[in-house]
Amino acid sequence: MSLPAYFPILLLTILAGAFAVVSIFVANRLTPRRWTDVKVEPYECGITPEEMPERERFPVKFYLVAMLFIVFDIETVFMYPWAVEYKALKAFGLAEMGTFIGILLAAYVYVWRRGGLEWAE
Amino acid sequence: MTWAFVVIAIAKTIAAFVLLLGVTILLVWFERKVIADMQARIGPNRWGPFGLLQTLADGIKLFFKEGLRPRPADPWTFAIAPVAAMVPSLLAFAVVPFGHEVTIAGHRIFWTLTDLNIGILYFLAMGSLGVYGIVLAGWASGSKYPLLGGVRSSAQMISYEIALGLSIVPVIIASGSLSTVSIVAQQGGSIANVNAFNGIPVLETIAHWFRFLPNWYIWSQWPAFILFMIAGVAETNRAPFDLPEAESELIAGYHTEYSGIRFALFFLGEYVHMVVISAIGVTLWFGGWHGPVFWHGWGDWLWPFVWFMVKVTIFLYTFVWLRATLPRLRYDRLMWLGWKRLLPAALTWIVVTAVVNTPDIPRYYRFGVFGILFLMVIAWIGRGDPRLREAVVPQRHLGPRPITTSRGLDS
Repeated sequence: MSLPAYFPILLLTILAGAFAVVSIFVANRLTPRRWTDVKVEPYECGITPEEMPERERFPVKFYLVAMLFIVFDIETVFMYPWAVEYKALKAFGLAEMGTFIGILLAAYVYVWRRGGLEWAE
Repeated sequence: MTWAFVVIAIAKTIAAFVLLLGVTILLVWFERKVIADMQARIGPNRWGPFGLLQTLADGIKLFFKEGLRPRPADPWTFAIAPVAAMVPSLLAFAVVPFGHEVTIAGHRIFWTLTDLNIGILYFLAMGSLGVYGIVLAGWASGSKYPLLGGVRSSAQMISYEIALGLSIVPVIIASGSLSTVSIVAQQGGSIANVNAFNGIPVLETIAHWFRFLPNWYIWSQWPAFILFMIAGVAETNRAPFDLPEAESELIAGYHTEYSGIRFALFFLGEYVHMVVISAIGVTLWFGGWHGPVFWHGWGDWLWPFVWFMVKVTIFLYTFVWLRATLPRLRYDRLMWLGWKRLLPAALTWIVVTAVVNTPDIPRYYRFGVFGILFLMVIAWIGRGDPRLREAVVPQRHLGPRPITTSRGLDS
């Protein structure tokens, strides 16, 4: 398995990207474009929209979720090569991964206890 | 790379693209028809036989609709977001083997776009990239509902991404490969040939009784499959996890401000994602293109493809069924399920699978560990949320449920 295996993926990327871009481009040419002040207001259930602070940051809670995601997703990524070679590693692999999962589980319990996984009180 | 390789690659790419779009277009019709049936309605029936062309008509209509962009929106990001949402979900289909092989003019052609040795990792990577389109759409719209919808959606998707990734690991342990083609190849034959059962008197006999069953991973890995299915539904933002599009709270979530063809691209992306998740589920747990061949000779090469499509259709039906059946989860319950139940359950199942698949631990110890851990997890998951257990719900008789008949609603 080498680089040619990725060639069809490149082709599909080009095809899918071209499909999306061309359809947007053609639609832009073909469709009417009669924008009025009311039409281009942000949607707010029919009332005059309140000004939003420009480019406000996301709530901190989502930041925490993102940080936790990075920790656990890296864990997931580590597990894949281990899983592929598992039958060759035998009990050694089990002990290795047991240690790894154990350390991560400690962090998981800590986050849980500190309320990091609570969404609403 | 020879010319034949390039030509075959181009032909396969176009074929896969057309197949995927065709299935998606049919899926939209299928969903509307099935849900209509479940709600005792007729559903689309105007364009084409059984309303089959309805999606096409809708697509053409959307194509000619005016595309709006809110005044505070960021023009470039707003334009890129639909493309960024659709393309990765289409790309994930590249590693799905949707048939066996066919020989044309001396070239053996496998029915998969490409057989990557890291196929499953590639699928997960494309799933992660899909989050970008949604975040960008929500942020770039310059509007409140899309922002909330985009942020919510991204938090949901990354939370369930972990459960999705972890639920596949046990299958990888069992198969020892990340290539989708070889995972499917291992699921051929009868369940009586499974090595794990050899030498264990009772299990061997049971496996022999059920030798008509195919050797799919669903038999040994069904807990992983349940986790995958839950996470997969959440990953595609489908009911009951369609929080990003909770219309009663967020209008249409991240694509509130999108109209015309740009909205159509988001829509397409979501449905393609559904097809891809179903296809990966079929590949990993249900033997991919394996299935009985009823007659040999003409059309041998078509059977695998037919079986694959049948299995995918059953998956898609399940997606639609869930949408018609289950009410939407509350957001904190959603995060609770993802982080406090699916994640530990997936980790436990990985450890169980690892222990069972370790050849140098005596077999009876292995199955002992398996049984104990398994019962512990069932007990723990069945416990539910303590906040719910403490709440006292008054029980009262609500009367018979409304029953649908062919005539409509009877109560």
